Amino acid sequence: MADWPILTALLLVPLFGALLILSIRGESDQVKQNIRYVAMFTTLAELLLAVIMWIMFDVGEAGFQLVEDHAWIGESIRYKLGVDGISMLFIVLTAFLMPLCILASWQSVTRRVKDYMIAFLVMETLMIGVFSALDVFLFYIFFEGGLIPMFLIIGVWGGVRRIYASFKFFLYTLLGSLLMLVAILWMYLDAGTADIPTLLDADFPVHVQTWLWLAFFASFAVKMPMWPVHTWLPDAHVEAPTAGSVILAGVMLKMGGYGFLRFSIPMFPEASETLMWLVFGLSMVAVVYTSLVALVQEDMKKLIAYSSIAHMGFVTIGIFALNPQGVEGGIFQMLSHGVVSAALFLCVGVVYDRLHTREISRYGGLVNIMPKYALVFMIFAMASVGLPGTSGFVGEFLALTGAYLADSRVAFVAALGVILAAAYMLYLYRRIFFGALLKEDLKALRDLNGREIAIFVPLIAVVLWMGFYPKPFLDVINPSVEALLRAHQVSIAAPIADPLDAQAAEPALDDQ
Amino acid sequence: MSQFHIIVFGPLLGFLIAGLFAKQIGDRGAMAVTTGLVTLSAILSAFVLKDVAFDHNQYRILVLEWVRSGSLSFDWTLYIDSLTAVMLVVVNTVSALVHWYSIGYMSHDPHRARFFAYLSLFTFAMLMLVTSDNLVQMFFGWEGVGLASYLLIGFWFKKPSANAAAIKAFVVNRVGDFGFSLGIFALFLLTGSVIFEDIFQSLEGFADARFVFLGMDVHALTTIAVLLFVGAMGKSAQLFLHTWLPDAMEGPTPVSALIHAATMVTAGVFLMARMSPLLELAPGALTLIMIIGGATAFFAASVGLVQNDIKRVIAYSTCSQLGYMFVAIGASAYGAAIFHLFTHAFFKALLFLGAGSVIHAMSDEQDMRKMGGLSKMVPLTYLMMMVGTLALTGFPYTAGFFSKDMIIESAFATHNPAASFGFLMTVIAAFMTSFYSWRLVFMTFHGTPRADEKTLSHVHESPAVMWVPLAILAVGAVIAGVVFSDAFIGEGRLAFWAGSLVAGEGDVMDEAHHIASWIKWLPTGMMALGFALSFLFYIAKPGLPAAMARTFPAAYQFLLNKWYFDELYDRIFIRPAFWIGRFLWVRGDQKTIDGLGPDGIAAQVMAAARRVRVLQSGYVYHYAFAMLIGIALVITYFVLTGGGF
Repeated sequence: MADWPILTALLLVPLFGALLILSIRGESDQVKQNIRYVAMFTTLAELLLAVIMWIMFDVGEAGFQLVEDHAWIGESIRYKLGVDGISMLFIVLTAFLMPLCILASWQSVTRRVKDYMIAFLVMETLMIGVFSALDVFLFYIFFEGGLIPMFLIIGVWGGVRRIYASFKFFLYTLLGSLLMLVAILWMYLDAGTADIPTLLDADFPVHVQTWLWLAFFASFAVKMPMWPVHTWLPDAHVEAPTAGSVILAGVMLKMGGYGFLRFSIPMFPEASETLMWLVFGLSMVAVVYTSLVALVQEDMKKLIAYSSIAHMGFVTIGIFALNPQGVEGGIFQMLSHGVVSAALFLCVGVVYDRLHTREISRYGGLVNIMPKYALVFMIFAMASVGLPGTSGFVGEFLALTGAYLADSRVAFVAALGVILAAAYMLYLYRRIFFGALLKEDLKALRDLNGREIAIFVPLIAVVLWMGFYPKPFLDVINPSVEALLRAHQVSIAAPIADPLDAQAAEPALDDQ
Repeated sequence: MSQFHIIVFGPLLGFLIAGLFAKQIGDRGAMAVTTGLVTLSAILSAFVLKDVAFDHNQYRILVLEWVRSGSLSFDWTLYIDSLTAVMLVVVNTVSALVHWYSIGYMSHDPHRARFFAYLSLFTFAMLMLVTSDNLVQMFFGWEGVGLASYLLIGFWFKKPSANAAAIKAFVVNRVGDFGFSLGIFALFLLTGSVIFEDIFQSLEGFADARFVFLGMDVHALTTIAVLLFVGAMGKSAQLFLHTWLPDAMEGPTPVSALIHAATMVTAGVFLMARMSPLLELAPGALTLIMIIGGATAFFAASVGLVQNDIKRVIAYSTCSQLGYMFVAIGASAYGAAIFHLFTHAFFKALLFLGAGSVIHAMSDEQDMRKMGGLSKMVPLTYLMMMVGTLALTGFPYTAGFFSKDMIIESAFATHNPAASFGFLMTVIAAFMTSFYSWRLVFMTFHGTPRADEKTLSHVHESPAVMWVPLAILAVGAVIAGVVFSDAFIGEGRLAFWAGSLVAGEGDVMDEAHHIASWIKWLPTGMMALGFALSFLFYIAKPGLPAAMARTFPAAYQFLLNKWYFDELYDRIFIRPAFWIGRFLWVRGDQKTIDGLGPDGIAAQVMAAARRVRVLQSGYVYHYAFAMLIGIALVITYFVLTGGGF
């Protein structure tokens, strides 16, 4: 069983589905419907595979598992895949969101359905590739390649200002990517290998580490996104079709956080330590700044986009707290945000499909005619503000605990975001749902239909599961994070000449 | 499965059934299920109180593992000691009675099923709060009751004022929670645990510990206690974080009785009592608590003097009485604080539900200036309100007499540096309490009716489903003091609390029993004085209040406008937040970041493109294509060089 190349299978299944769709000819409605079904079954099969991978995954094992390794370009650049506790759940997250995306696009996408579904399926392969690649070049190809379908989805199926948005998206990510590529090439030349597990132990000189760290940071910070390179996100979200926003917020933003954990911290430990305050500083600004900006938004999607940036601030703070609570909280928060923000964008999609506007002031009093929708939105709004019992709380609480252990000032500022989150979320909710139903065109709106309920029920179930019983998730994450931090402590301590200091530094981990 | 599971999860089940299957079971079904399950919880709670507090058993039941992260670990548990058992009785009894009462009160509301679901949700969250063995589950309940409170304040969602009040309640509470969560983090940093038992066992060793907080070197336990108290201030509406409570009266009256008088708002007092071993090692924090508590007792009572909305008077009264409880905490008289919480739950719920009956009878009128002379028309309600008023003002041998006097005496006897302030404030507040309480009774029930003919013709006594719960509460308001004062604050307190809070031989309550007798009778004198003055103002010489208001317009306006807190907060927090948000968005994101970044570059590119006429399209495929070429080039390079360089 263990020899079975499940990760390759995970990469191939969506591509196979895409090929199948490519082979379907015709423009009739029946053909379009067939295409949708193929996409749906492909993504469901992929989800099933992802669950099997989770079952095959040895919980409690810290290192890489399910590894596949083949020569690719020469001997030193390899097709190498594998997952550990940090990456595995992101694959599950991707596979979980994808069928919901297809379902959400069922009726709203009627133009070029074939191209649309192919773009999504190819994107799924590329995203799963990012989280399973164990070769830096392979990683880079997946990491950058994933942008192309997203770029097309925004540019072709997007809103009025889609060209501007995709251009902005492109410009930001290009800048970061180029720097990262240079850093990857440098590392490859210096260490003589592109193998990620080997590079984890590579000992780059401290002054070089800083440059490498900054080069990677340029790329990951844009992806997260961190302040002040965040302005592409609100525009991209606003113009993207609903499913595009779901993937963007649900999965793509997580690539930045994943990159920090896979590259920045283990490969450049000294630089991570010295530049920790750069991350803390930018994150603290992001949390307060974007929360305040979210408060005054007039477009639903923009508001949620800004709240995403604030939530990602908690993630980066947690990760760079470099203690178990912080890092695990950061990862958990990414998973949680993947589900919750995806759900919120799907919620916006519900009314957008009906009224074709995202302007908050066009709504009001919806609870009168859409009680089911109001309930669903309330659950995700509460998860977004981190109400205990939802997934949002566990991640936020752990990340802030970690931040407090690192420095109480960081936790203090970040926790201000928790207050502001309640303000902008409830203010949004009030303007959409409460009050009397006065606007004429709202009175005809239908409540959630069966298809929409089928989308939201799994999301609600996961949000509550992660909130009340996060053990299955934390059990996966924990060993790899402990190993990461142990290795980090060792490499921080190593260059110090006095061995006593090195020993003194090590047990610090156990105290937390 | 134990009785504790039924007590705590019964209301949750009721919430889920009423919330999800209202269509199937109908309004009556939803009411029956929720009311039945909460009533069952209430009956079982009484047995638990006997079992735990009088037969001295303790229970800790693991429900589900919650979080393990590094050395941080906490679970879903049911932890039952005397303190919890008392809270179980308070919460479930009042909740059950409010459920029953609401069957009558909400009988015309189209969303009854939703209302009962929320009530049961609230009850469940409150029960999780009081049965927790760790700070995080308590925080779950803490925010859970906040959610239920938000939903119930905004229950009549068509009213903009109700929606505003709901948001205000949630956000102001979040400010308190901000302190609470920092306190949890700090405790974990210091003791390595968030579980009460572990924390208390390790406390002695940290008595003099210091740590760095926000860059300052501070006494650890004092800092932690203050942070936790900030949380308590939010939930229990103490001065500076009190502004949400009067507005919360926008919710239906049964909600005000249950959540905003008897149970949720006392969660802060419960938290402080639970943390009493820690507070005892943080004298600085006790001083602060005494000052805030005393100031709140005084402030809220003073505002209550001039309010005209019947519910707002009682709301400020609640705020003031919560101040009393914190004075007791500050005086280290934890048993007295919980005793007042206990008795207050009865008489304040009684007053609110009584006010609800009045409002119900008056066709939803809440302004006391339009009432008057109702005693003949609704005699049962009048009787209940009289009982509640007597208990609240501390008439001898009613419930309030025992608990409130003990607090005032403890404030006198304690060695807290702010003791004399606390004592003075509570004594003055006792006078004002009596004044505004009797003012309420006189304005509502006595004198000539001031309502219009139409309203008066509709005035009717409430049905049995409403007045029977009132009668039960009234019995409690009369006898709770006599029956329980020995156990809570008297000779039996050591055995009763059994270590669940700090109480024992030689504590401040011991000293309070031995103070001069004029101190003991001082609150009673204040009560009589308040009554006399109120009688003079509203019965004997009804023109006097208006004349006073004309003579001292500044003072009157100051009180009427609640010391201008709302106006102040609006100016220094709310408006600036929106202004800064807009500034950052337009100036920061759009002008600066985008202007210098992508838009600036875009302008450059466009300008260049116009000259070169090659890249002019700006068409999205071109960019995608450019990226593809980039990647292809990289791959080609490696293929050609065979992976080596």
